[in-house]
Amino acid sequence: MPLSTQSQADDEPYVLVASLDNARNLSNILKSITFKDHAIFSATPNGLKVTVEDSKCMQANAFIQADIFQEFTIKEDLVGFQVNLTVLLDCLNIFGGSTVQGVSTALRMCYRGYGYPLTLFLEEGGVVTVCKINTQEPEEPVDFDFCSNNVTNKVILLSESLKEAFSELDMTSEVLQITMSPSQPYFRLSTFGNSGNAHYDYPKDSEMMELFRCTTTQTNRYKMSLLKPSTKALALSCKVSVRTDSRGFLSLQYLVRNDDGQICFVEYYCCPDEEVEEE
Amino acid sequence: MDCVVTGGNVKVLAKAIHSLSRIGDELYVEPQDDGLALRSVNSSRSAYACFLFAPLFFSRYTIPSGHAFRCKMAIKSVQAVFRSLASLEKTVEKCHIGLDEKKNRLTFTLHCKHGLLKTHNLSFQDSESLQAVFDKDSYGNVFRSHPRLLVDTVVHFPPSLEEVTVSVSDERMWVRNHVEEEDRSKSMLTELCLASDEFDHFAVTTQNSVTFCLKELRGMLVFAESTGLPVSMYFDEPGSPLVLSVTDSVLEGNFVLATLSDDSNHRKNNSRREQTPPPPPNDDFMDDDMDSYLIAMDTSIAPGPSATRPPTPPLAVSTYSKQPAAANHRSRLIAEEQEEEEEEEAELADSAGPPNKKFCSLFFGSVLPPSSQTSTQPVTNQEVLASDSEDDEQ
Repeated sequence: MPLSTQSQADDEPYVLVASLDNARNLSNILKSITFKDHAIFSATPNGLKVTVEDSKCMQANAFIQADIFQEFTIKEDLVGFQVNLTVLLDCLNIFGGSTVQGVSTALRMCYRGYGYPLTLFLEEGGVVTVCKINTQEPEEPVDFDFCSNNVTNKVILLSESLKEAFSELDMTSEVLQITMSPSQPYFRLSTFGNSGNAHYDYPKDSEMMELFRCTTTQTNRYKMSLLKPSTKALALSCKVSVRTDSRGFLSLQYLVRNDDGQICFVEYYCCPDEEVEEE
Repeated sequence: MDCVVTGGNVKVLAKAIHSLSRIGDELYVEPQDDGLALRSVNSSRSAYACFLFAPLFFSRYTIPSGHAFRCKMAIKSVQAVFRSLASLEKTVEKCHIGLDEKKNRLTFTLHCKHGLLKTHNLSFQDSESLQAVFDKDSYGNVFRSHPRLLVDTVVHFPPSLEEVTVSVSDERMWVRNHVEEEDRSKSMLTELCLASDEFDHFAVTTQNSVTFCLKELRGMLVFAESTGLPVSMYFDEPGSPLVLSVTDSVLEGNFVLATLSDDSNHRKNNSRREQTPPPPPNDDFMDDDMDSYLIAMDTSIAPGPSATRPPTPPLAVSTYSKQPAAANHRSRLIAEEQEEEEEEEAELADSAGPPNKKFCSLFFGSVLPPSSQTSTQPVTNQEVLASDSEDDEQ
């Protein structure tokens, strides 16, 4: 195979080499966080983390563990760079993104280090394409300082039920309000649009509610424009965990199964719009 | 006000609202003793629709007592409550409609599967009463059919088409697109013919034609098709409204559409065919030899304004266009008698747009006058597909 022979020769200078038999296992998950052009890549021996941020108020992270890759070699503790995510996705789909069974694009992603482009070797049906994407100095991602200790409320819902609600959300509302409470209404999504307001209530004993752990009643509003992109990750996922901390920061964690049934995670952090008095 | 709709009726209610949205932008809500009335009217007041849901449609029906309550709200907001129609049946168990008069809000609460509760608080405005005055039972022409018949008919017209004309005779109904005089030479004209036996009820008192807006008919069919309820059509003279109605034991929907008045119809028909406004469609072809249906489209000429028989509007599903394509050779194949008529037609055509040409109906008989049938050569013309009858007389 053309890719492996190259690896023997070129292995030395690369600080990061990651290979996948099916590039979709990377491209699908990256598509779900593509709401901005640039993404920060951080690779550690544990795997790859891709971060996209919006106006310092919202951050999305996609985690692809090392064992998802057929080959994952890293020579340093942390390798970071920034690339244009749209361009990267275009390259990953360079063969047209065929969904025919058994046909997939193989990927070998290589990075030599600071200042070097990200090199992608893509192969499908014996045809090899080499893409070199310029990298930039990685920006420091915002640290939302969201730790489990500060989590006040947490629920885990089956994505199916949330998908319906998100697809019907009144887009004329500037905010999405999330109420979590140990008492009624338990878990509520609210919008305030041109024609009036709407509430979607999920009871704690619903079959869709896999976990319900709410300690205090909290109502927080988040800008709809910041949360809307999360619907892509929701669409891919089978389960989602919704957590808020004492400051009202929101953490959405999506469990995504890739083509081969392996689990990856996508996480969204969002800061609240304003303090809201309980209505 | 406190009403509850359960099970399949939620979808019926949703469909009614979607259907009303095709008429106007606002939904008028009026809970009455005889049921909940949902109405809509278009901006030019030329179309009005009303759905009345009897108390039995609801599993609970309580209305404000003591005073009449009426309101209107943006129909889009109400449509948003019932957004995904397809999943409504599967996910919604019941819908509760409540009124908060103090806050001027109408609340729609959908109780869905898995305990999910969707609450929509919609603001409304007070409104005047909206009632169209019509008495469909007094109309002379009454038809009733399964909605499928009408759906299958309107599907042949492009979505952009504004108006259609419906003409009736004792045995048939013609539906054709309405085209302004000036545009006749550039447009494609489509006409369909429906036989009386395709209807469950077909009663004609006056043979005439009415022209009305197709979009509104489609709006009503949105509802009728999903419920499968028969659609009744009532009309009288051009100019007086046409009423489309669906009823069952717990609901009644009426769409009242304005029709073009007599003058404009009259004028058009005259210049087109030199005949009295309502062209009484000829039924002679009922006796047509079935072989004649193979006759080519362009060769047959409508038995124009001759004295022998009344002019026949085109039949069946056929389209003709006034293309200047030369097909003169085909005219050789027709009977002399027809050629004469052709010439007559030609004069007319020049002066007033396409005469009532016939095209061949590949489905029903041709409209050749019986006497000419024997002289035509059906078989030879079979391969003609596009009708370009207009060019014959050039």
